[in-house]
Amino acid sequence: MIIIVSLLVVIMLTAAVSAIFFKDLLNAVIAACMVSLIASVLFYLLQAPDVAMAEASIGAALVAAIFIIAISKTKRHEE
Amino acid sequence: MKKIISLILLFIICLGIIFCLQKIPFGAAKTKVGNYYIDNGREETGAANIVTSVVLNYRGFDTLGEVTILFLAAMGLGTVLATLQKKDKRQIEQASLILKTGCRFLFPLILLFGAYIFFHGHLTPGGGFQGGAIIASAFLLVYLGCRGRKINETGSKLTESIGGLVFLIMGLIGLTLGGHYFLSNFIPKGEINTLFSAGIIPIIYIAIGLKVGSELTGIIDNLMEKS
Repeated sequence: MIIIVSLLVVIMLTAAVSAIFFKDLLNAVIAACMVSLIASVLFYLLQAPDVAMAEASIGAALVAAIFIIAISKTKRHEE
Repeated sequence: MKKIISLILLFIICLGIIFCLQKIPFGAAKTKVGNYYIDNGREETGAANIVTSVVLNYRGFDTLGEVTILFLAAMGLGTVLATLQKKDKRQIEQASLILKTGCRFLFPLILLFGAYIFFHGHLTPGGGFQGGAIIASAFLLVYLGCRGRKINETGSKLTESIGGLVFLIMGLIGLTLGGHYFLSNFIPKGEINTLFSAGIIPIIYIAIGLKVGSELTGIIDNLMEKS
């Protein structure tokens, strides 16, 4: 259990840091979305299924969609 | 020089945070209210899911604030985007047949799942906010897969307003009839662990689910169509 949780936390931290450094904003959005997804798995493992559901549906699906719509209306690459 | 000063400042802030956090016992119960909810929540509210009993019964007024914040955010986005001029119409590229059929097949199933989550909010994990977000993601799928289809805007606004009104009116009826506080439970609680139990909690969660679903769908509609 502790091994799975610490592995997930390491992946989550890697995704969070790489979301900052990506120049392609679409990749950054997908990395940020991955942070939310792993956070929802962690909430589930720590016995908070209500929060896990909210995080998965809002953080991983809707926020990513809104960011992608915003990118498609503006520029994709950071200067 | 600048870097050294900022490093020293950062170090001082780190020390302060560490000293503050050391005073707080980690993992220990700081208040007695949590244990009270766990011990008495099922009998007092009739909801099998303790999180729901806290969200809608003990802390129902906070939920009203959350719903209001979401409403204000959706209204603000609509106001900002309404002032923009619509750009010239780009040619809408139609999706392939497989994608369209898949979206049409999945849409009612996702709607059903979202409705299940907020209808069973007092029995299983989940509730109005989660179910509403799942319903909005079903509409997002339709917007992405079948371009050119739109929601009925009057219907969505009507659903949103009715949801908010039901929440407020149930709270005010509880204020006058029930236990002299907002959102007190004035309907008989029924048997725990059945669908028709917990008094006003299922009614309010259905209202919140419809309201959140139509609001988030409105946000997606505004972003996709009006900008």
